[in-house]
Amino acid sequence: MGYFSDIYHGIGTLLTGMRVTGKYFINARKGAITQQYPDNRDTLQMFERFRGEVVMPHDENNEHSCTGCQKCELACPNGSIEIIWDRVIDPETGKKKKAIDQHIYHLGMCTQCGLCVDACPSDAIKWAQNFENSVYDRTQLTRILNKPGSKVRAGVEE
Amino acid sequence: MGTATLEPTSIKKGFKSEEYFINMGPQHPATHGVLRLLLTIDGEIIKKVDPDLGYIHRSIEKMCESNSYQQIVHLTDRLDYLSSHINNEAVCLCVENALELEVPERVKVIRTILGELTRIASHTLWWGVMGMDVGAFSSYFYGFRDREMINDIFEETCGARLTMNYNIPGGLMQDIHPNFVKRVKEFIPHFRSKLPEYDRLLTGNIIFQKRTKGVGVLSKEDAINFGASGPVARASGYSCDVRKYHPYSALDKINFTEALDTTGDSFARYKVRIAEMWESLAIIEQLIDNIPEGDHKVATNAVIKLPKGEFYQKVETARGEFGVYIISTGTKNPYRVKFRSPGLSNLSLLNHIAVGGKIGDLVATMATIDIVVPDIDR
Ligand code: SF4
Ligand code: SF4
Repeated sequence: MGYFSDIYHGIGTLLTGMRVTGKYFINARKGAITQQYPDNRDTLQMFERFRGEVVMPHDENNEHSCTGCQKCELACPNGSIEIIWDRVIDPETGKKKKAIDQHIYHLGMCTQCGLCVDACPSDAIKWAQNFENSVYDRTQLTRILNKPGSKVRAGVEE
Repeated sequence: MGTATLEPTSIKKGFKSEEYFINMGPQHPATHGVLRLLLTIDGEIIKKVDPDLGYIHRSIEKMCESNSYQQIVHLTDRLDYLSSHINNEAVCLCVENALELEVPERVKVIRTILGELTRIASHTLWWGVMGMDVGAFSSYFYGFRDREMINDIFEETCGARLTMNYNIPGGLMQDIHPNFVKRVKEFIPHFRSKLPEYDRLLTGNIIFQKRTKGVGVLSKEDAINFGASGPVARASGYSCDVRKYHPYSALDKINFTEALDTTGDSFARYKVRIAEMWESLAIIEQLIDNIPEGDHKVATNAVIKLPKGEFYQKVETARGEFGVYIISTGTKNPYRVKFRSPGLSNLSLLNHIAVGGKIGDLVATMATIDIVVPDIDR
């Protein structure tokens, strides 16, 4: 190719590319925008399976379904879960039974692998979808999942 | 600068050229992570490239020795994080083979679909970053836009965008989300219409072509000698697709052509990756309509103990051949785990193909080798 046809060809390829960008510049609303975070914080819906943080749901009687079986603690690859438990006397049967004192979850160490939630036989823990987890001090990332004064729901057996 | 005796002549003859060292990285955007390249250069010409590794070494292989087989899987997310799903699959296949466990057809098909989606996601990200490395900023946004759709699919089904950990030994952690098939079917035509845009935007661009054609040429012999794999090797004409030669999961029933080129330069590697995206779309299309019914996993023991012996499984990630080698002594932890990562072998040939080129060419070469540093350092 000659010198000038080279230049024309070169400019041509640049214009082809600019046609694409120009198209989206004019139709910016149609498919060019993915998410406008953080402007859309109020309306942002995370997917229900999104693994943000492990939480323990409690019902209205302040009861959870964690029996203290420690399967989640065992499944965790990096020791993010610590169960402090004791044997208490079950008021109904009068027998001694394992019960949690504290279910401690270190969010700062958690790799969000999901093995604990998968391992829990009584679905006592589940994933919350919040992802804005930054704090100023890492001690705030250690959470006690069972609420104060809560107890295990009657009927949930290990 | 030179000694006093040299100075008069050097001034007369213009500047005296002298080799010197320069650091590229460990925090250089073109090294795509914390990789330090020690360059010996003479003016603008590269004489030697010494990659210096270890900035993101986390001793994952050693950690595996104290983890159970279920726990190992999530560590492989953190190797090549852009192919995390395929890495997970490799470990699971290795463990399943060792246990002689037959997983349901449904699992195989879903694994393959997710694997190909991962490949497309990885290549779209690479395409965007590649464009940016050689100076085309808009490609970055277009690449990420299309990757976002795949990430949504992953997020909905697997629960994460990068570190999936969706495969478990014996199957999948959960069944696919009800929206999965619908979303994948939306994605295929969408991406089919966007891929030609990639060509218009970048492939035909004269500046891009001038910067990549004939740059970083790798011959087929050298590709084999250096143990290259993936698009890097295939761009040199070395047919090495693990999906073709050692099919795993549902890939044995799939028709697809291996993307090959013969020139071996940066532009060839670019074209191979673009062709691979088309192929991945074709693979997904063959599978998405007939995902067999069935369970999403088979039950394994809560404590998995592999039989005594050595087990190896290789898969094709977006960067090449990824291998998992497990030595088991019959306990619940592996005795030794070794990962064969494509990035390390592909990086090892960088010195070979970059010498003699300019620094700017090195950036283009690095971009088409497409390394992910955590995969190299482990
Ligand atoms: S998600 Fe994984 S790392 Fe986090 S607490 Fe559960 S098991 Fe441990
Ligand atoms: S959260 Fe589940 S697995 Fe963990 S101790 Fe409680 S019941 Fe057991």
